[in-house]
Amino acid sequence: MIEIRDLHKYFGALHVLKGIDLDVQNGEVLSVIGASGSGKSTLLYCINGLEPIQQGSVIVDDTDVHAKGTDINKLRTKLGMVFQQWNSFPHLTALENVALAPKIVKGKSKAEARDIAAKQLIHVGLGEKLDVYPSALSGGQQQRLAIARALAMEPEYMLFDEATSALDPELVGEVLDTMRLLAEEGMTMICVTHEMGFARDVSDRVAFFHQGVMEEIGPPGQIFGDAQSEHTRKFLANVR
Amino acid sequence: MFDYNFHWRPVMKNLPDLLEASLLTLQVSVLAMILGIIIGLCLALTRLHLKGPLYWFASAWVELARNTPALFQLFFFGFGLGAFGLHLSPYFIVLMGLTFNCAGYLAENFRGGFQAVPETQLRASRSLGMTAWQAYTRVVIPQVFRIVYHPITNQMVWAVLMSSLGMLVGFRELSGETQFFASRTFRIFEYFAVTAVIYYVIVKIILGASRLLAARLFRY
Repeated sequence: MIEIRDLHKYFGALHVLKGIDLDVQNGEVLSVIGASGSGKSTLLYCINGLEPIQQGSVIVDDTDVHAKGTDINKLRTKLGMVFQQWNSFPHLTALENVALAPKIVKGKSKAEARDIAAKQLIHVGLGEKLDVYPSALSGGQQQRLAIARALAMEPEYMLFDEATSALDPELVGEVLDTMRLLAEEGMTMICVTHEMGFARDVSDRVAFFHQGVMEEIGPPGQIFGDAQSEHTRKFLANVR
Repeated sequence: MFDYNFHWRPVMKNLPDLLEASLLTLQVSVLAMILGIIIGLCLALTRLHLKGPLYWFASAWVELARNTPALFQLFFFGFGLGAFGLHLSPYFIVLMGLTFNCAGYLAENFRGGFQAVPETQLRASRSLGMTAWQAYTRVVIPQVFRIVYHPITNQMVWAVLMSSLGMLVGFRELSGETQFFASRTFRIFEYFAVTAVIYYVIVKIILGASRLLAARLFRY
C-alpha cells in the first residue's frame, strides 16, 4: 500500500505539489490526469524517491521513502517505473536491457537473469526480439521493452509516467494493451496519462490534478460522468 | 639547381635502431594515453559535478594543457622542474608532458560525451534500484565511451606524433634517435624522410586497429 500524506514539493520557488493526500491500495489501478505542469509526473518521482520532497511523507509498505535511513535502492526494486521517453539502454540488446538490473541489483546469476529477462520479454510480446538492439525496435516496442525491464525486478507497484505520450499514434495501442494486461493480472498501478479511454476503461479510480492540487478523485464513472469540480469539467471538455 | 646526392645506405644500416626506437615511441605514447584517459575522466567528472578548489584545479589543468604549446609543457617537466632541483629522466619528462597534454584534451572529450548521454538514462537506471556507481559504470560510461571512441583514437595518433618533441629534451625515441644518427652522418634529409615514413606506418596501423576494434565493440 502507498500512503501519501500532506506532500509538498518545490522546484526552487515553484510550488509544484501543494499538500497531496492519497492512498493507493494493493491491486488498484489509479489513473492520474490533468494538464501539463499540474504536478502529476512529479508525484511519481516523489513516490520512488527520484525527487526529494520538502514536506509530508510517502510511505510504501510501511517504509518511509524519504526518511534518512531508508535503503532507497532496495525500495525501488518494488516500484517499477516506465518513462515517457522510454530510455532503453542503447548499448545493450533487448535481453541484456532486461537482465541487467536483476543481475547487478538483485545478484541473480547470469543464467537466472537471462531466464527472467526472456520470460518478461515474451510476456510483453517481444519474444522474437531478444537479441535485437533498441535502435532496431519501434517506439512502441521500446516502450514494451521498458515495461519488461521494470517487471523483471518483480515489482509490487508500477508507476507509468505518460507511457504513451511520446509514441506515434499507431503505436499507442500496443503499449496500452500491455498495460491492460498488467492491470488484469492484478498489478498495482499508478498511471499518469493523457489517454482518457484507458483511464475510463481500466482504472479503478481516477485522480484529477490541477496546479499542484488533487482537485478530485473517484471512480471513472464519477470523474467522466459527474465531475464535482469546475476545473475537472473544463479539462475534460477540452480533451474530448 | 638541384645537385643534392641522396645517400640512403647509412639510413638503411641504422634502420633496425630506428625501428627499435619506434617501439619506445609507441610505449611512451600508449602509457601516456592510458594515464591520460584515467586522469581525463577524473578531470571531466570533477568539472561536471564539483565546485570549489577541485573544480578550479581541474579547469586550470584543462586550460593550460589545451591553450599552451605542447613543447612548453614538455619543457616545464624538464627544465622547469629542473630549475627547482627536480631532475627527471628524459623518459619521464616526455611521459609526464604527454600525459598532462592528453589528459587535458581527453577531459574535454569526456565532458562532451557525458553531456551527450541523456540525464534520463541515469534516472531510468536508478529507478531500477541501481546505485549511482552501478548506473554510471554499467549504463552511462559505456555510452560515453562510444561517443569519445574516435576522439580518443585521434588523440592516440596525436600522442605518437607529439612524442617526437622528446628529441628536444634528449629522449632517444624515434625522432631523437633519428637526430642522433643524422647529425653524425649529415644525411639529415634521408634520415628524417625514412622516419616520416615510419611515423606514417605507425599511425596507419593505429587507425586500422582502432577501426577493427570499433567493429567488434560497437554492434549497436
